[in-house]
Amino acid sequence: MRQMLLVPVLALLTSMAWAVIETYEFSSLENESRYHRLSQELRCPKCQNQNIADSNAPIARDLRALLHRQLEAGASDEEILAFMVERYGEFVRYRPAVNQQTAVLWIFPAAAVAVGLLVLIIHLRRRQRVPRQPEPSETELAGLRAALAESSGAGKE
Amino acid sequence: MLAEVGHFSLIIAFVLAVLLSSVPLWGAWRRNTAVMLLAPSLAIGFFVFLATAFGVLAILFLQDDFSVKVVASNSNTLLPSIYKFSAVWGNHEGSLLLWVLILSGWMVAVARFSRGLPEIVLTRVLSVMGIIAVGFTAFALFTSNPFERLLPGTPGEGSDLNPLLQDPGLIIHPPLLYMGYVGFSVPFAFAIAALLGGQLDAAWARWSRPWTNVAWGFLTLGIMLGSWWAYYELGWGGWWFWDPVENASFTPWLVGTALVHSLAVTEKRGLFRSWTVLMAIAAFSLSLLGTFLVRSGVLTSVHAFAADPDRGLFILIFLGLVIGGSLTLYAVRAPTVASRVGYRAISREALLLFNNLVFCISALTVLLGTLFPLIMDALGQGKYSVGPPYFNAVFVPLMALLVPLMGLGPVSRWKQDSLPRVWHELGRPALVIVVVSLLAPWTLGEFNLWIALATLLSLWLALGLIKDLLHRTRGASGFGSKLARLTPSYLGMWCAHAGFAMVVLGATVVTQNAVERDIRMAPGDRQSVAGYEFELMEIDRVSGPNFVADQARFSVWQGDRKITELTPQKRRYTASGQVMTEADIDAGFFRDLFVAMGEPVGDAAWAIRLQYKPLIRWIWLGALLIGFGALTTAFDRRYRARVARDLVTEQAAELEVAAASHG
Amino acid sequence: MGRLRLFVPLVAFALLAVLLFRGLSLDPTALPSALLDKPFPAFTLPTLGSDTPRSRDDVIKGPALVNVWATWCYSCRVEHPFLVELAERGIPIVGLNYKDEPTKARQWLVDLGNPYSDNISDTEGVLGLDLGVYGAPETYVVDASGNVRYRHVGVLDSAVWEGELSRFFSQEAAP
Repeated sequence: MRQMLLVPVLALLTSMAWAVIETYEFSSLENESRYHRLSQELRCPKCQNQNIADSNAPIARDLRALLHRQLEAGASDEEILAFMVERYGEFVRYRPAVNQQTAVLWIFPAAAVAVGLLVLIIHLRRRQRVPRQPEPSETELAGLRAALAESSGAGKE
Repeated sequence: MLAEVGHFSLIIAFVLAVLLSSVPLWGAWRRNTAVMLLAPSLAIGFFVFLATAFGVLAILFLQDDFSVKVVASNSNTLLPSIYKFSAVWGNHEGSLLLWVLILSGWMVAVARFSRGLPEIVLTRVLSVMGIIAVGFTAFALFTSNPFERLLPGTPGEGSDLNPLLQDPGLIIHPPLLYMGYVGFSVPFAFAIAALLGGQLDAAWARWSRPWTNVAWGFLTLGIMLGSWWAYYELGWGGWWFWDPVENASFTPWLVGTALVHSLAVTEKRGLFRSWTVLMAIAAFSLSLLGTFLVRSGVLTSVHAFAADPDRGLFILIFLGLVIGGSLTLYAVRAPTVASRVGYRAISREALLLFNNLVFCISALTVLLGTLFPLIMDALGQGKYSVGPPYFNAVFVPLMALLVPLMGLGPVSRWKQDSLPRVWHELGRPALVIVVVSLLAPWTLGEFNLWIALATLLSLWLALGLIKDLLHRTRGASGFGSKLARLTPSYLGMWCAHAGFAMVVLGATVVTQNAVERDIRMAPGDRQSVAGYEFELMEIDRVSGPNFVADQARFSVWQGDRKITELTPQKRRYTASGQVMTEADIDAGFFRDLFVAMGEPVGDAAWAIRLQYKPLIRWIWLGALLIGFGALTTAFDRRYRARVARDLVTEQAAELEVAAASHG
Repeated sequence: MGRLRLFVPLVAFALLAVLLFRGLSLDPTALPSALLDKPFPAFTLPTLGSDTPRSRDDVIKGPALVNVWATWCYSCRVEHPFLVELAERGIPIVGLNYKDEPTKARQWLVDLGNPYSDNISDTEGVLGLDLGVYGAPETYVVDASGNVRYRHVGVLDSAVWEGELSRFFSQEAAP
């Protein structure tokens, strides 16, 4: 018996940053996890940078209820997001859509890494002016140790 | 009367800053030693008067002087004294004063701890910091005066400090953060001084390193504290939100990480000079940018102070002058001739170059995401939002790039290393680690790529660190002499990298494996989460110094054993009427259990959130280790006087180690 | 050539500074309606005047203002007198009573005056959701073809009228 439990009570005082705990029930675990994910992807249109999961504004409450209804009705993620964007604009998506306008946002990290690696490799090649040097020989090391002993002896405070 | 004393002190401080930013610089230009030597005294004077102003503001808060505007807007007679004190920086004007005070503190530290520095360098460094000081003190005096009065019509009672800020975590979080942000002004000043003097060499890097490491360490601690505070205070178990203000502190941290590593190369090998200078300028520029974003109202954030475009304009102009000026100086004076020193593709230099690549691109990515809504709006392309889903999607893969190479860092050799050697040292254990990493996620249930990668990174790093540690202490017998072999610089590096491994592992595990249940519970109900049973015993009314609350009492069981009781509260603060959820947490090294109350839902029942958070403490413990490590490095002997001898000794020690590995 | 490369950071910063300067005159909290130049959403809802549901085309005959209000909204009370004044000037205003109780709403209008030609009773907020309402008061401008042309969020006073809304009603009778 799946029933949607009654949720929040009074629209209380001034909004602040504390999460609202909804006690929705879902027909499947998948829907429940989709609810958690989408409620964190949708922005509360009214608040100072909060998703609808974390906001206690009335509109956030309404949108959560709407999200729950649509998930239970079988809408896909894209359909739900499109529905919200149609009414509130791209503003309401915390994960911007991947399209021409947002291309630079999504492409930049990978492109920058690719370019950076390229530059790095070219730079490293130029630096390989150092011929392979042999490891220091025992005589060389002995000589160095002697020089050190001398200098540290002279330098003692 | 007292407020006027504070105001006057601030004015005197401003005058001293103006003098500091101009006179000694002129002296440096003219090579006039007597004038140059004014710099340290002016810096100390600046600090004294600023400290006085700050002290006065604190007293005004503690005395409930509501004739002063900031006190009336941010304090209350019922407020516990400690929060009256922290309320000093819980608002725009007071926090700005704190910012400048900390700047003056750094100036005094530089003046005091720079025995080995040529006078002209010290002069330039202090003067550049003086320029910054002039800007911020002017900003405080002319647009954000903390001593502004509310006369006539002094209220009998103040509004109250935002209940969210009435918390110990928030007492130290801003000061630590500012120590970091503002601390980056020191390497910045050193960079400018070097550009002015035309002397960009290993010595400059050696002078800058301890200051950079300490500032970066404090920034790490400040960010960590903010995250931890948000977790236990905000009521729903989150610890990072990619909020613009958080990003404003994170981008300097990312560039700071690149800078810390880049400086190591410049000091040891004289390489990357131009790049390191640019990083030093960039780190502080991002700090300044952060200050602008937080206080101008250009971006929406839950953290932002009250937005004021006029103040924003002032900061922007200041930003333009400082950053524009320093980047111009860079473009004109930075060396274009690369040093002749070479290094091979497999070498520590190359690995650190890669580190810089990853961290700089990460910083730019976070910056782009934060500014994207503004860019689109300014171009008339509409309103967009960029939030955690985006940042998590791009940032995590960037950090994953570090996985294969970070473990090699501590064991790698300068200038020239070889794959066969690396394989010989680390090959077999590496294979074991790969297998363990692939299996690790199964201990928590099922395969998970991110947990496998995080395990790989941490174990790989741990392997490298432990191997290198054993190397260095080989040959010495006894714990004491082994410890003596390890310089503070090395120990600090070791702890910081170990801390980073902890953070990565903790963050990944908690993100992938946390369990959260939101349910309706009435007294007598029991709920099971991740093997723990939560039983709601009762709900009653309690009261605190300035609030009234509904408190739920939970018993937590594991099997038959009761492990603890948790008492979350729903508070209503008397002065403001604001309602807040106060979660209760059973903290553990390997997991946290988290309970918070939502709304009452019908007869005696409440909406309750129960959370199981595995390894979440590792994030903050790891960050603590990083910060501690960074601060430790500053104590290294080579940063104090008597340079030449120590350097020789250190290089000899490295040769010994090299020889020992062949012996 | 190498020297030129060093100017890149400066140029990048200059662009950033321009962007930030522009940003100072923008309002990041302002959210224009997603329905600009799109039809006002269709609906079938009762009005405060009659319980039989009526359709959009029956109730909204543009050009008109559609004002979202409720008795629980304090700012709506503040803007109400100006709405009455606008109505007296001949500006058609349709009310959208948002998530409210019709009895209370009717009493409110009796007490404070009724500037509305009609008042849609959206007790569940269904129309509000389709319209993209996120808090009262809001005022929409609907043109003769039934398209949304503008949205103002917040109290509607003479400054807002002169500055933002009056241009859609230039043909109407001047004050």
